[in-house]
Amino acid sequence: MKKVLFLTVAACIAGLVLLGCQKSDDSAIRIGLISELTGDIPAVGASCKNAAEMAVKEINDAGGIDIGGKKYKVELFIEDSASKPDQAASAAQKLITQKNVIAIIGPNSSSNAIPASEIAESSKVVLITPWSTNPKTTLDAKTSAPKKYIFRAAFIDPFQGRVVAKFAMDNIKAKKAAVLYDVASDYNKGIAEFFKQTFEEKGGKIVAFESYTTNDKDFSAQLTKIKNAAPDVIFLPNYYNEVPLQVQQAHRLGIKVPFIGSDSWGSQDMIKLCGKDCEGYYFSTHYSAESATPVVKKFIEAYKKAYDGKVPDDVAALTYDSFGLLKQALAGAGKLDRQSVRDAMAKIPNYDGVTGKMQFKEGSGDPIKSAVILQIQDGKFVWFADAQP
Amino acid sequence: MTYFLQQGLNALQLGSIYALIALGYTMVYGILSMINFAHGDFFMVGAFICFVVVTFMGLPFVPAMILSIIGVSLLGVIVERAAYKPLRQAPRVSAIITALGVGIFLENFTLALSPYPKHIPAIIENTSWTFGGLTISSLQVIIILLSLALMTVLHFIVQHTRVGMAMRAISWDKNVVPLMGVPVNNVISITFAIGSGLGGAAGMMYGMAYPIIDPYMGIIVGWKAFIAAVVGGIGNIRGAVIGGYILGATEIMVAAFFPSTYRDFTAFSLLLILLIVRPYGIMGKPRPQKV
Repeated sequence: MKKVLFLTVAACIAGLVLLGCQKSDDSAIRIGLISELTGDIPAVGASCKNAAEMAVKEINDAGGIDIGGKKYKVELFIEDSASKPDQAASAAQKLITQKNVIAIIGPNSSSNAIPASEIAESSKVVLITPWSTNPKTTLDAKTSAPKKYIFRAAFIDPFQGRVVAKFAMDNIKAKKAAVLYDVASDYNKGIAEFFKQTFEEKGGKIVAFESYTTNDKDFSAQLTKIKNAAPDVIFLPNYYNEVPLQVQQAHRLGIKVPFIGSDSWGSQDMIKLCGKDCEGYYFSTHYSAESATPVVKKFIEAYKKAYDGKVPDDVAALTYDSFGLLKQALAGAGKLDRQSVRDAMAKIPNYDGVTGKMQFKEGSGDPIKSAVILQIQDGKFVWFADAQP
Repeated sequence: MTYFLQQGLNALQLGSIYALIALGYTMVYGILSMINFAHGDFFMVGAFICFVVVTFMGLPFVPAMILSIIGVSLLGVIVERAAYKPLRQAPRVSAIITALGVGIFLENFTLALSPYPKHIPAIIENTSWTFGGLTISSLQVIIILLSLALMTVLHFIVQHTRVGMAMRAISWDKNVVPLMGVPVNNVISITFAIGSGLGGAAGMMYGMAYPIIDPYMGIIVGWKAFIAAVVGGIGNIRGAVIGGYILGATEIMVAAFFPSTYRDFTAFSLLLILLIVRPYGIMGKPRPQKV
């Protein structure tokens, strides 16, 4: 009896293993996607996945990508990073070694993208992160030289910090600013420091530079401190799931000065979670859905059609552009191996995407591109200004 | 001075919530000598019940509060009957591991329903009053007063009713009291119902004060409340309340007068020192272990 049971179990396990090893279409280009599908920022992950699936479908519907005279279809392998740095790294490892992908798109948040980029760089696989803006993602941790295999579709935080600081001084006419940021997250910490640097260089004063750690819900102590320092403007470079709490608690404490934010505000969930409290505030981001260029219009139409009328946010647009970049690199590579893709990717001088014109300098994975400032008006993100690099 | 008072109010609000949750830990420990590590997740369920009844049924504050308390009480009783009771004679470690398992189950069950953070709409009119630089919001008043009211009711139940007397008796001696004809199982169920209900009330108030809720919200808050219960002297009801307010006050005051990055580090160092000085907690009494 025991033997039979043992054999059955063994057979089942063997069956499962074999199923797992099942070779899929050999002639397809295998692309990995790492996204924050669960965890703190699932709206980011969902947008990224939606745009990725849409981009792949468009490529395949058009017959695939022409590489060296032969058309290849694209197969997408999606991994969840759960918004955790360690899981992002193991997802990258899995895609590279088990799924044997030719390149990886994602992860999006900088705290996830940095560890994943380390794995991709050491395995010599191209990784394009759509949304990570922290400079460390594309720089070697020890030498600070640019990584060879890591690219991104977004601008970087020193630029964004400059844009927001300049906006606070010129448009809001702020002389004293306060910052409240998550000290445990690479993205928030990076941009807070760049904002501070630029704001002070331009003659402004940072009257409060307060921090908290991820998952904190009570900011009353820090906000009371900020209120006491009487700033003209408060900068919150935090994710859309925390900003509403901070703004609402500030209002309850009687803080009346305007708030400004960064591209982490740009999710539609932000409006759902914040409601009227965020009305009228500004943030910098990658693109405006109101932009009238034909590329943007086409993209928004297609996205709305595919996902019942949802307006694509910045993550979706950047993911779409990442696929566009990768597609151009693949077509230019001429061969289907990781090294050729990297070389072709590094040679792309500029790319005209949904999020605007990108310029790549030789040897750097960071595009030079413009930013936009949006305002929240009647529950919508409305274009306010462009900011050139 | 107003700055100090304002921070004091913040501390009272946070401390009230910690105190309510700490009560749940301490009551269960007092009666079963078991740490219900799923309690933080009961608290989370309370916030989610509030979200469901407010968003989908459009209920106002009072019925939502009652439903949250009843819902979590029921959950507590069911969990006790299904998961803890069969292990009452087993080694204590088994019960603790089961509690951890129940907690993970509740988190992932809620997560499986939807991974997106939820927003609880404002159910009470949010007004702020300013008295010479000191701002008090209606929410703060409600949380602080309601917590105090619930604690008073609890005090009355434990000290002045037959059930309360039975609870105190069981916590005094588990072996003799059943021989006196006290229905131990019922008393334990009632204890779980009250303790979990307080957790549910705390969850709802937390959800109103910090209206973005997610399935993992109970973990950190639960740990902190557990620490508050230990600092106050676990098993002692007054201790849990004192511990909750002490923890709330240390967290806020550290963030108010030091760089906020040091908050948890400093707050918990202070609590550790307190425990070194008084290992049984502030109100706890040493109980000699018989061999």
